[in-house]
Amino acid sequence: MATAAAHAGHDAHDDHKPSFFSRWFLSTNHKDIGTLYLVFAFMAGTIGAFLSFGIRMEMEEPGLQYFSNPATYNVFVTGHGLIMVFFMVMPALIGGFGNWFVPLMIGAPDMAFPRMNNISFWLTVSGFACLVCSLFVEGSPGAQGAGTGWTVYPPLSSATGHPGPAVDFAIFSLHLAGAGSILGAINFITTILNMRAPGMTLHKMPLFAWAELVTAFLLLLSLPVLAGAITMLLTDRNFGTTFFAPEGGGDPVLYQHLFWFFGHPEVYVMILPAFGIVSHIIATFSKKPVFGYLAMAYAMVAIGVVGFVVWAHHMYTVGLSLQTQSYFVFATMVIAVPTGVKIFSWIATMWGGSIRFTAAMHWAVGFIFLFTVGGVTGVVLANSAVDKYLHDTYYVVAHFHYVLSLGAVFIIFAGVYYWFPKMTGHIIPEWAGKLHFWLAFIGANILFFPMHFLGLAGMPRRYADYPEAFAGWHKVATLGGHVFALGMVVFVIGIVLAFRSKTRAADNPWGEGATTLEWTLSSPPPFHQFETLPKIVDEPAH
Amino acid sequence: MVQGSERQIQAARGVRRTVAACAGVVLAMGGLALASAPLYDMFCKATGFNGTPLVGAAPAATDGEALAPVTVRFDTNVSKNLSWRFRPEQASVEAVPGRTATVFFKVTNTGKEPSKGIAVFNVQPDLMGSYFVKVQCFCFDEHTLQPGESAEFPLVFYVDPALRKDPDIGTLPEMTLSYTYFPSKNGAPVAEAAKPSKTTNF
Repeated sequence: MATAAAHAGHDAHDDHKPSFFSRWFLSTNHKDIGTLYLVFAFMAGTIGAFLSFGIRMEMEEPGLQYFSNPATYNVFVTGHGLIMVFFMVMPALIGGFGNWFVPLMIGAPDMAFPRMNNISFWLTVSGFACLVCSLFVEGSPGAQGAGTGWTVYPPLSSATGHPGPAVDFAIFSLHLAGAGSILGAINFITTILNMRAPGMTLHKMPLFAWAELVTAFLLLLSLPVLAGAITMLLTDRNFGTTFFAPEGGGDPVLYQHLFWFFGHPEVYVMILPAFGIVSHIIATFSKKPVFGYLAMAYAMVAIGVVGFVVWAHHMYTVGLSLQTQSYFVFATMVIAVPTGVKIFSWIATMWGGSIRFTAAMHWAVGFIFLFTVGGVTGVVLANSAVDKYLHDTYYVVAHFHYVLSLGAVFIIFAGVYYWFPKMTGHIIPEWAGKLHFWLAFIGANILFFPMHFLGLAGMPRRYADYPEAFAGWHKVATLGGHVFALGMVVFVIGIVLAFRSKTRAADNPWGEGATTLEWTLSSPPPFHQFETLPKIVDEPAH
Repeated sequence: MVQGSERQIQAARGVRRTVAACAGVVLAMGGLALASAPLYDMFCKATGFNGTPLVGAAPAATDGEALAPVTVRFDTNVSKNLSWRFRPEQASVEAVPGRTATVFFKVTNTGKEPSKGIAVFNVQPDLMGSYFVKVQCFCFDEHTLQPGESAEFPLVFYVDPALRKDPDIGTLPEMTLSYTYFPSKNGAPVAEAAKPSKTTNF
């Protein structure tokens, strides 16, 4: 990253903050909206985590312990998936860290459209409200809530499987969250393309800003397709159209194609911002510029582009022709190449570096290891012949929890530990971050690694009950869930201690490794920053 | 400050252009998604994708040696919203690739009211779709049957000889042609047309 050569000091009178209500409810300040997103993601994530706890408690033993109606179990699974994807990971990584740090890193005073930024946030909150409503109205006959899985496949999600209005609420929820994300994506693209500080070319831009830029393009291209698909599902359910109903000449497989045309880029939407954050953390705590900056940036672009042409690897069992399957196997495996470029570049950044194992660095290194495990099982699943056997088993559950729950979520925590001093001026005790890491690392591995064995043994996803043969590893997995939850308690304690402590963070608490523009500002940054734009002097980019 | 304001004007122009391009992308992708159902339909009909039989003229007479026949089985179904009986006159036919075959299907309205129906169709294995060519089929039109009325509908088809050269399915001995009759409203089948009124979920 290039450094700010001339950055004017901030006059205290720039720091007028509006009153509580207008500051937090009518906010147009990118940092306040970022904070709102992070707080929202934490609250939604807590609800999502409680749902997953319901799942894990039920799966601890064979038979039905807590759910008298297995349909309610499916509602928990669906709610957990939708909340974690749309209302936890995306708000935290894009709305939260993206809003906070993209303008700071590129030397912009704010986002391009501050009011639209506010709309994006409240649309997301409204979407969440709709999803919560759906839990309390009838879905499938005799059960409340939408038990369709986060994929909402017809005919299960059509009037045949879910005659009640729960699925309609879930669809509206996705519409609102999707509209919010599209507006947010337009905001990011406009900001990054037009509002960089003088001298900051795209090839000098920090990798986190690159990650958010690619992510915003993915959202812009994929979310309208999801919106179209669920709108058609809505008219199929309520207005007698037959887009996905064979009796009217429609095809339920078309829904799957449309959904995964969105759904596959969506998984990169969740992981690319994490890639950006981990690059900064590794570089900061190795006291080295990131290895292969340009390759790192264009690897993300490549992942984004190829991510759009691999969607049917989620659909190997729908009856694709052999040639189609061969193509999707090949295209999917190609993604491992740019991903490998990133993994090896992170390792090369650490190589020979002066490494400091702070809490954030623990999470970042843990992420590299766990994401690689998840990536390897992804290459296994990319083979259509293997996938025929593993499709919809716990092996898939293990795979995507390794890349999301242990990938994206680990980096959300890494980002919190890395940027908390900058965002608040307070310092989370290092021991809390490290203890939280070890509990989460050990807990999550005990939780998700046995799921590989369960999947290989044939345990299917989305069932509330299972035969005795699977009992052992399910019990182990639930134990791991408890350890992970204990880590969350440590996280909350760490934050409380940070706010209670009297010590204040320096402008740059991480020392010379932290080179991006946000560290040139005070901690927390002034309410309005960069009234005089920083000038970027020519330095080798990193 | 002239330079500064010029810079601002230029920046504003850049912002406008970016937003317009982004909005265009969103509208285009959304439009493509909504148009995907008819586009997918056209694609399937043109290529025989996903077991969609092709429609074509009778094949030119070939004087070559007759290829091994394919056993074409018939599967007939009626939607629960339509009280019709629907049977093929024979359960299967041995179709020599490149030669037309004709099969009759018998349809009877067993209900008490006149009703209109239209059949949707598909072949399995679905890769066979691009080799199964319908020359004439009752399923292209809707039909009205009075209570108790019966009708015999013909199907004229042939199997494309190119099937035998397909590396994946060229040696398959049999295939299935499946029909399902649905109540029809204005030529397009709808599942619930037989019901007097449709209740929405709200």
